[in-house]
Amino acid sequence: MGPIGIEHYLVVGAILFVLGVLGIFLNRKNIIVILMAVELILLSVNINLVAFSAFMQDLVGQIFAMMVLTVAAAEAAIGLAILVIYYRGRGTIAVDDVNRMKG
Amino acid sequence: MDFASSFALVAPELVLTAAGLVLLLVVAWGGDKLARTVAIIAAAALFAAGFLTIPGLHSGVDGPDSYAFGTLMKIDSFALFAKALIYLAAIGALMVAPAFFASPAAGKERGMRAEYPVLILFASLGMSIMVSASDFMTLYLGLELNSLAAYVLAAILREDQRSAEAGLKYFVLGALASGILLYGISLLYGFTGATDFASVRTALDGDLSTGQLFGLIFVMSGLAFKISAVPFHMWTPDVYEGAPTPVTAFFATAPKVAAVSLTARVVFEVFGGQVLAWQQIVMFAALASIVFGALGAIGQQNLKRLLAYSSINNIGFILLGLAVATADGASAMLVYLFIYVAMSIGSFVALLMLRSPDGDLYETFADISGLAVTRPAIAWALLIQMFSLAGIPPLLGFYSKFVVFQATVEAGLVVFAAIAIAASVIGAFYYIKFVKVMFFDEPAGLVTGKSGTAHWVLLALCAAIISPLGYLLTPSLTDLADKAAAALFVAI
Repeated sequence: MGPIGIEHYLVVGAILFVLGVLGIFLNRKNIIVILMAVELILLSVNINLVAFSAFMQDLVGQIFAMMVLTVAAAEAAIGLAILVIYYRGRGTIAVDDVNRMKG
Repeated sequence: MDFASSFALVAPELVLTAAGLVLLLVVAWGGDKLARTVAIIAAAALFAAGFLTIPGLHSGVDGPDSYAFGTLMKIDSFALFAKALIYLAAIGALMVAPAFFASPAAGKERGMRAEYPVLILFASLGMSIMVSASDFMTLYLGLELNSLAAYVLAAILREDQRSAEAGLKYFVLGALASGILLYGISLLYGFTGATDFASVRTALDGDLSTGQLFGLIFVMSGLAFKISAVPFHMWTPDVYEGAPTPVTAFFATAPKVAAVSLTARVVFEVFGGQVLAWQQIVMFAALASIVFGALGAIGQQNLKRLLAYSSINNIGFILLGLAVATADGASAMLVYLFIYVAMSIGSFVALLMLRSPDGDLYETFADISGLAVTRPAIAWALLIQMFSLAGIPPLLGFYSKFVVFQATVEAGLVVFAAIAIAASVIGAFYYIKFVKVMFFDEPAGLVTGKSGTAHWVLLALCAAIISPLGYLLTPSLTDLADKAAAALFVAI
């Protein structure tokens, strides 16, 4: 086993990103899972940024990661708020029921 | 560049920030009874911010003088042009809102929402940061500030199931788009070692490595989502239909201007040395948007849905100007954007005027049949908007398509121009269907309600801009657009 290089971090980031995207598209159950998948995507980006930052000895990536974290928190808050008003109106959060509009 | 001159450059954003924060507090304490005052102050703030863009827009700024806060922001003619357009569109969205929220269409909780103007202000602030971004961090923060406000705006009618669903869909797909964009940015950062546009551009010289190419593709996909270009357009019809109509009018105009301008800046300033790599992506998105926008609209009965497909179609033409990758193309794109904003606001205001006597809104073809008999003025105004969207000659919509095609043909891309023209003939079908339904069908007699002055003023203004009178504007518009487009090419 060699030392852990940048490629290992990138692979983890890529796997998390793909899992997040699949979580949005393949998930047929529950909108909360979609919100979690969105967080997963943002975390994969953070892993990338921090790994690059560490390996390049450049702080910009870590500052960027902080900003992504902050925005992700705001995004999760707004997503949950919209989910709550959606649930109040419809009484369900199943993905298959999100179909008032078609065409 | 010291702080004072940086702050002077971002004066419009400072006005919007201050107004947004103060009004947020006013709303938190005063509640909905202050809504009208808040809306007026917000419109005044947008107007003031727009006024601050005029000197720079007039004299033309670019080069090193336009950088603010190091290399984080670049307030050049291009950014100012986009900002002025964004503020105008936002003022339009504020003007039509009070009448809508007072009508039964706003559901059980009638009356103007005080949050609405505040959210519009923050969304405009985000867009204005987006268009002046010169670093991926600024880009991301501006984009998210705009998107987060927009998600809430889509879902602002809390009791209305369609509005909540539109908010939810917009949120999920918008968050996915941001994620894709951000992943691309992280790859570009890693494979170029910087986040500011100029350094990334320098590092991207020569052949692209695999990582850089992936970064480029992810960034372009994320941006395509935000401008709802095919193949990332599927959220648009649902969100446009479900969101309250004033919000839809806002979505169809200001964020489109911001996202298209941002895309233009990214492709020219970041990927400027890799024209062949992005040109085919943008060209594909442009032609696919034109064709799918035209075909998708054909079967639609809901007018808001139809206008959503129409906006996808128009975005295609705008991207066609971008795909040409010359200063002429970029200038044609800006001219098209201006005219597109006037046409979109005009058509959505006309939709907002399709009211029953008690103020309910109509939004399907069946409701507007024979509109020329019951409300001839609205019918004629809609006729002008639709003919202009279809690009029928004396109207300004023809001019916008003409400049884009001219730039395309001059760059030697005749085949693509021909495909776009063929698709716009298909598109004419559903625009003309409006005319057939309004003027030749049996009157349904539903649309008989009165509309407020704000609607009439906006409708008349948009109709006047689009009418042949608009050609009086074109010399100065072209001049401004040329200056703005030239600012993008300073680095090259």
